[in-house]
Amino acid sequence: MQIKPILAALRRHRLATLLIAMEIALACAVLCNACFLVARRWTMIQINSGVDESSLAVLTVNGFDPNQAADVNARMLTGLRSIPGVQSATLISEVPFGPQTGAAGVTHEPGDFKNLIGVVDFVLAGPGTFKALGLKLVEGRLPQPDDYRPATSFLPDDAQVLVTRQWAEHAWPGENPLGKDFWCDKMHFRVMGVVDHYARAQPSQYDLQQGEWTVFTPVVPGGSLAGTYLLRARPQDVQRVLQAARAAVPKIAPDVVLDQDNSKTLGDLRMNYFKTDRIMIGLLLGVVVLMLGVTALGIVGLTSFWVAQRRKQIGIRRAIGATRGDILRYFQTENFLIVTFGIALGMLLAFVLNAVLMKFYELPHLPLYYLPVGALVLWGLGQLAVLGPALRAAAVPPVVATRSV
Amino acid sequence: MFAYYLDLALRSLKRSPGLTALMVLAIGFGVAASMTSWSVFRAVSGDPIPWKSAQLFVPQIDNWGPSNNPLSQGEPPNAMDYADATALMRDHRAKLQSAMYQISPSVVPAEATKHPINVSGHAVYGEFFPMLDVPFQYGSGWGASDDTNRAQVVVISSKLNQKLFGGANSVGKSVNIESHDYRVVGVLKDWNPQPRFYDVVNSGGFNSQSDDVFLPFLTAIQANMQNDGNTNCNAVPKESGFVGLQHSECVWIAYMAELDDASAVSTYRNYLQGYAREQQQNGRFGWAPNNRLRNLPAWLDNQHVVPSDTKVSLLVALGLLLVCLVNTIGLLLAKFLRRSAEIGVRRALGAPRMAIYAQFLTEAGIVGVAGGVLGLLLTCAGVASVGWVMPKDIAALARLDVSLLLLTLLVAVVATMLAGLYPTYRASRVQPAWQLKSN
Repeated sequence: MQIKPILAALRRHRLATLLIAMEIALACAVLCNACFLVARRWTMIQINSGVDESSLAVLTVNGFDPNQAADVNARMLTGLRSIPGVQSATLISEVPFGPQTGAAGVTHEPGDFKNLIGVVDFVLAGPGTFKALGLKLVEGRLPQPDDYRPATSFLPDDAQVLVTRQWAEHAWPGENPLGKDFWCDKMHFRVMGVVDHYARAQPSQYDLQQGEWTVFTPVVPGGSLAGTYLLRARPQDVQRVLQAARAAVPKIAPDVVLDQDNSKTLGDLRMNYFKTDRIMIGLLLGVVVLMLGVTALGIVGLTSFWVAQRRKQIGIRRAIGATRGDILRYFQTENFLIVTFGIALGMLLAFVLNAVLMKFYELPHLPLYYLPVGALVLWGLGQLAVLGPALRAAAVPPVVATRSV
Repeated sequence: MFAYYLDLALRSLKRSPGLTALMVLAIGFGVAASMTSWSVFRAVSGDPIPWKSAQLFVPQIDNWGPSNNPLSQGEPPNAMDYADATALMRDHRAKLQSAMYQISPSVVPAEATKHPINVSGHAVYGEFFPMLDVPFQYGSGWGASDDTNRAQVVVISSKLNQKLFGGANSVGKSVNIESHDYRVVGVLKDWNPQPRFYDVVNSGGFNSQSDDVFLPFLTAIQANMQNDGNTNCNAVPKESGFVGLQHSECVWIAYMAELDDASAVSTYRNYLQGYAREQQQNGRFGWAPNNRLRNLPAWLDNQHVVPSDTKVSLLVALGLLLVCLVNTIGLLLAKFLRRSAEIGVRRALGAPRMAIYAQFLTEAGIVGVAGGVLGLLLTCAGVASVGWVMPKDIAALARLDVSLLLLTLLVAVVATMLAGLYPTYRASRVQPAWQLKSN
């Protein structure tokens, strides 16, 4: 296939060629960046919460006096445990995809806020909560009865805690986290165990690599651990049990207010939490598909136009011996050249766009492999779009050459 | 003559109906898709008040100076001290404005059997409510005179109203807060914007507990209601207690102002500059004025409250529009560049260049306007259908930006007209005889 005549022909349609190439370039830049966004959100949606979401529900009440916390807890737990189908009712301060209650910066040395290791979610949990959550212990030991410490302010002053593997690898890379110490201001914590996965309450407000920076803190019920109850039931019973529990609250404790929004099954909380992410993914994919469609139609339109315009020339080429395949390949090669030009421009554009976004919006780098994949998609799209008009061109009979105009 | 060109254009467009349809559809879909996705993206972008966020501004005044704040890289503190906040309120230079701080008073229910409860809320000025379009179920906010008179009035949330009054219209009833009686003037509808944009510094942006009470700022100060939010100090206050805090340079007050247009913004900027210079002259600030005046999106961005990739999504929506426009322009160019023979004939028969321009602009204009009208219809259909595709709370935020839509339509039509102009320009430069001969 000779490329020279194609280039010569394209030179006569400089502006139209340039515009199609620009369209491809824009499409390439938008495609790469949009897919990158979709991939990031998709990874976030897939986050492993580490708990038995299908068997759990959370019930939140508020509006009681903090001095009454222990009393409210006792009444609520007794009341909730008496509901048929409830396997366990325990105290917890926050659950994955629920409201965040205890995020704080922690350090290797007491009060050393200049050298923060990171901001973790402290999950305060009463007896039985670890088992109810269904967390998987990979190292160390489970909390024993005397590990539960009173939390007078927000956290206990000194406690043994369980951390996630993700956090342990961040805080003590390459070291055995068991027995390691860390501090939140003047409060001291020692790692007694490591769990496989445990998502923090609001994972998507943090980086992808920080979604499981969770510290499981055994605490004696009362004080700051009150009002939020974790219910466990068989997966098929959870919804019913939660409804029964919500209905029972006014009878169990007439002096509290049920927080409707934050009394849900964990499955519903997760659905609700990632609602906007799912919408964004759908929309972005819609935009990408629409854009690829428009680009393809543009190529079809322009090539059809060129085919109609060149009917006579095609006829002449056929008359002097070109095969149908030659004509077909001519248009395919032409398209390939234009798309390649567009892709080259587009990669540059995608990278510039990403660099600008990184600078202003602290977005991570566009992974390099997006570019060749985007190029392949656009090449394929161009060849598909050009096929129809090119086949029509190949079908032009040689006799056209002998007709005037 | 225009009617004739219209006729010619329609004939020409009819000759290649597929191509014409493609161009019109490309423009229409481009406009509609980018505008619809723009409005939805904006709704999910974490901007809690998208229809007004560009008019809401957060002023910052540097009352700590450069030496005290090496970590901030020249940024002023992200909240205000009492002196600056009350001075700005006294001067009252914006259309609407409010200083505010977080409170956590205890409320004593009327029945003696019930325990007092701790609620969270904000002490604000009366203009807070109209400024933020806060929705009311009963009653309304309080007036300017209530602010200055330190009136004992309160606005409560629907949740608290449910708890205290069983959800009935409680306007005019009284509530016991911190053992003082306050008259209820308004009950809010369910209102818990996320992020809590009016006070992101104290809530970290997102807060599960909605605000249950709103008291007049000066009333709360007089009642000695402590600040429940963050307090940042560059030095230990000289006097102790809440009054000491008010006399210190510690920052703990959020501030927001509504400025409706660019001139109001620049006037306000100058005012802040003048205020800081005055403080410099009377010796309180030992440094040149260092203020910021960011609108709400920029402020949320500065405080890292809004996820960053939503902005990229907006760019993606605009990218789609660009692709559609480039597509149409390419097709129009291809179509028009082939018409040089026709132009030659008209020119040879005596048509002036202007007549050629008029003819082709008419044709391109028809495509542009048809695409624009289609785009307008599709956008309306798109935004209307957002309601039954998306969850209700998202759909409520997805509003059409009319000025942006008009701008997009204008861009679409002008771009197609320009696409029509260039080939005509080229064709009409050439001597008519050349084009006639070549065929």
